[in-house]
Amino acid sequence: MKDFLFKPFEEMTDKDYETVGFKSGLEIHQQLFTSKKLFCRCPAGKYSERYDAEILRHMRPTLSELGEYDGTALMEFKTKKDILYRINRESVCTYEMDDTPPFLINDDALDIALQCGILFDCSIVDELHIARKQYLDGSIPTGFQRTAIFALDGKIPYKNRQIDIVQMSIEEDSCREVSDAGHLRVYRTDRLGMPLIETVTGPNMRTPFEVAEVAEICANLVRSTGNVRRGIGAAREDVNVSVEGGTRIEIKGVPKIGRIPHLTYNEAMRQWNLLRLREELHKRGVTKETFDSKVGDITRIVKKAHYQPIRTATEQGMVVKCVVLRKYAGLLRWQTQTDTYLSKEISDRVRVIACLTNIPNIIHSDSKGDTLTSADWQNIKRAVGANDDDTMVLVWGSETDTETAAKEIIIRAREATVGVPSETRQALRDGTNGFERILPGADRMYPDTDLPPTRITEERLKRLRVNLPEQFWKREKWYRELKIPEDTILPLSISKFAELFKSFVNDWKIDPTLAAVVLIQFPKRLKKKDVNIKILDVEIMREILRSYKDGLLSRDGILMAMEKSIEKGKFYPELLPKPLTAKELEKIISETNNEISKEKLFNNEKRKEVLLGSVMNKVRMSVEGKILAEKIH
Amino acid sequence: MADDNYKGYRGRALSVLKNFDALVWSDVEITTTKGNYKGIILPRSETADQFHIVIKMPIGYNIGVAADLVTDIKIRGRKEAHYKIPEKEFPYEPNKPKVKLLGTGGTIASRLDYRTGAVIPAFSPGELYGSVPELADYCNLETEKLYGVFSENMGPEQWKGTAEAIGREIEKGVDGIVIGHGTDTMHHTAAVLSFMVQNSPVPIVMVGSQRSSDRPSSDAALNLMHSVKTAAESDIAEVMVCMFGPTSDYYGLLHRGTRVRKMHSSYRSTFRTIGDIPIAKVSRDAITPLRQDYKRRRNDRNVKINTAFEEKVSIVYYYPNMKPDIIESLIDNDYKGIVIAGTGLGHVNKPLYHALKRAHEKGISIYMTVQTLWGYVQMYVYDTGRDMMELGVIPGENMLPEVAYMKLCWALGQTTDQQKVKEIMLKSIAGEITEREPSNGYLIYQGGLPEVEEFISKYVK
Repeated sequence: MKDFLFKPFEEMTDKDYETVGFKSGLEIHQQLFTSKKLFCRCPAGKYSERYDAEILRHMRPTLSELGEYDGTALMEFKTKKDILYRINRESVCTYEMDDTPPFLINDDALDIALQCGILFDCSIVDELHIARKQYLDGSIPTGFQRTAIFALDGKIPYKNRQIDIVQMSIEEDSCREVSDAGHLRVYRTDRLGMPLIETVTGPNMRTPFEVAEVAEICANLVRSTGNVRRGIGAAREDVNVSVEGGTRIEIKGVPKIGRIPHLTYNEAMRQWNLLRLREELHKRGVTKETFDSKVGDITRIVKKAHYQPIRTATEQGMVVKCVVLRKYAGLLRWQTQTDTYLSKEISDRVRVIACLTNIPNIIHSDSKGDTLTSADWQNIKRAVGANDDDTMVLVWGSETDTETAAKEIIIRAREATVGVPSETRQALRDGTNGFERILPGADRMYPDTDLPPTRITEERLKRLRVNLPEQFWKREKWYRELKIPEDTILPLSISKFAELFKSFVNDWKIDPTLAAVVLIQFPKRLKKKDVNIKILDVEIMREILRSYKDGLLSRDGILMAMEKSIEKGKFYPELLPKPLTAKELEKIISETNNEISKEKLFNNEKRKEVLLGSVMNKVRMSVEGKILAEKIH
Repeated sequence: MADDNYKGYRGRALSVLKNFDALVWSDVEITTTKGNYKGIILPRSETADQFHIVIKMPIGYNIGVAADLVTDIKIRGRKEAHYKIPEKEFPYEPNKPKVKLLGTGGTIASRLDYRTGAVIPAFSPGELYGSVPELADYCNLETEKLYGVFSENMGPEQWKGTAEAIGREIEKGVDGIVIGHGTDTMHHTAAVLSFMVQNSPVPIVMVGSQRSSDRPSSDAALNLMHSVKTAAESDIAEVMVCMFGPTSDYYGLLHRGTRVRKMHSSYRSTFRTIGDIPIAKVSRDAITPLRQDYKRRRNDRNVKINTAFEEKVSIVYYYPNMKPDIIESLIDNDYKGIVIAGTGLGHVNKPLYHALKRAHEKGISIYMTVQTLWGYVQMYVYDTGRDMMELGVIPGENMLPEVAYMKLCWALGQTTDQQKVKEIMLKSIAGEITEREPSNGYLIYQGGLPEVEEFISKYVK
């Protein structure tokens, strides 16, 4: 193994990541903007914490199509959880509760998905087959997610190379967890069944920052269709990370791209440190084969201990078990991630698999700290027959839960002799990650027998291509040539107005900078005034700029025309002022001049400017400021 | 069989596969004009089109590849799938009750069928223990596969065979019987078994599942546990249907075989006792009777099996504007019995009268039931009813239409004497006619009402 120790995040260089063989790929989940859900006619995007009823379910593992059980499924079954679904009748019907078979796939959703597939330069599959992907954690009441691959083998340009798009699938979204304590997990079901696409990239990213950048590009590309959902939770990333000699680990549910660099850094460090740990274990003569452990019930010995969690447990009639890990002394303090140690890996497994969810759920002899007294530890050591070079791990709870826990502690400790176990891990706020479940494999896939395959015809793809936005990086290149303001380039390139901009510039010969400012910055300005800029659609903007092009509206009047259109919900020609004749303008100037002359001005030299401003306020929509200025001077 | 090598494929796809000698289950690399795909060629559903080849990609997803675009198929190996639940021998404990599980089919035990792409029944004793080991907590289980059919394909042959099998098992000394059955016609079979199996000393429990057992959220496992517990431990010696009470994985209900009906096409809690209340509630821990008037378990083996059955019986679901030719055709086709599901208290329109009279004169037994399902036939209230009785239509009390149908088949199987048939029909022998309808026998909550909503929100549904 290479002689390298991870440095703090800020000090890591590209070279360092190359040394450890950092590799990362993304699985990007993006909700699609449809009015209804994917396999039923419930409204999509209707979120509420209110619920009318609750349904209880348990999940059991089933065989895959090829006749195998999936590892994750068996793990979840070990946990024996009651799963409670909260149902709001307005957002959930009997389909989501698995009491009605699916309706045919939502064609609007499939259209949007296919558009995204084309944008990623993928090859679209000829026939869509819906699969059931098992999730026994209860996040979907059926126990599986309906999902189908619709596109394969795409690519996007990045730096001077390309990032592979391995595959894209369309699938239904899952429930949101409300709580998970002991043997009860509660879910809210409003998000369940909403259409989303999952885009999987190749493991082509070489540093944590590259991962974030590529995530950003992918997000922008699908946003440019204007048909995907925005806002909290609408896009979520799973990040796959590995280092040389490590394992592909999936970090689930990263809600913000900004968090990716720290998360991937910590995961790379974790894998690297676990590999170093393996080396240390082998040095001590501990391998998968020679690994030795022992479990003892020590309830009687610690009954009077002063450590509160154990004391409370014994008072409630719970049991305490001690797992002896032979020759592991000191290793539970082995660093894995930033401020995180091997003991956390073990504690996580105990929490998830044995359902011992009150933390701390273990203590161990490598970190005696404020737990038991030395005398207590001595007594335990004698009772369980531990040696100085062993580690003792204590766990407390019901007989069955501690039994599961002890087994799991041994499983995880033994895995340390092998390397990095295949897991999916959850993203934590501090940039580290925790165990979520054993990494599921292909065995959890099963064809959906409730729905027929769907042929994707060439006609359909042809129709979709017509309305397809240009890939935004091509637009960006053109915008740079046009020299429009830098801060409008990216937003415009993924905006619903991008095609409009093109026709303004190419067909109507409108100044590109003006067009970009009007389409991107003006709405922002209006938003600050707290008006609903969502009303500004392509139609309204086209009509406003048409009026400008035809000389019916002044440059300075555009913003006001936009605001008025929002008020009316539409653009009406009547919103435009009647064109002023030269005579009328003269009249307004002289009237205004009279008004001002009555006012006392602090600075008389500014009189002309004041006049100009006042007249402008009256005629803003119909006369250009420039022209007026010439007249007044 | 040659066809099995290209299972489900036809037309364009078949000729492309044959062209490259690519059999199903081959691990292949397919080259097309659009791109390359790696995976295993799967059998294709026969109802799907002839233009696509289905492959399972290494990540587990399936896709269809257009046959016309294929330019090459490289075969890298072959791996046939064997969908088999790990079989484990059911443990034997001498002091546990002995339960026999008779399989007739249905989704309680099922697996994927590539021919149709749907699930087909599969039944093996070891498989059951392999997938629901909890069953061993209740009993020593033996299983026997009688049939493997969807419930809509159950018929007289299967009903008789099942009744006879029940008789044999009781004589052999089992403590309870469970019958695995598709749910669609479970209440038909429950009714006919209630008549064919008389005086059973042990529980006879019918069970199925609304979500097939290949789904993690299937109700099959819990239904099996409930039914096996009932067969092993309950003192209710009747033919019952054991299915979910609420839609949650919570408890099951034991419905009397002659008063139960499937009431929803897909809900788990689809079975309801009509016009009465269920016999008991069953959970994994307890059987809680809801009433006391059930037949008790006995130690003797004095069961009577009577599998008499006349097949020429029909149910006529009356609708306004029905023409007499419906009845005429039954007469002309030598039907021996007709059960009418009439409107309201048991009515049909006047144009049918003449045909009904002719049927009666020809010796056809005609019984009236109500399509409202709840309530009694009462033909004295209106003249229509009185007229019809004159024509020989006999009111069937509060027998459910399907139950009256099964009973009439059974009665006509025993005798052609209309008077004797009438005696059999109108004497309740398995709870199919009740003397009174309790006020809680008709409870269909109306959603949307504040008091109902309040109730529902308080309980796990």
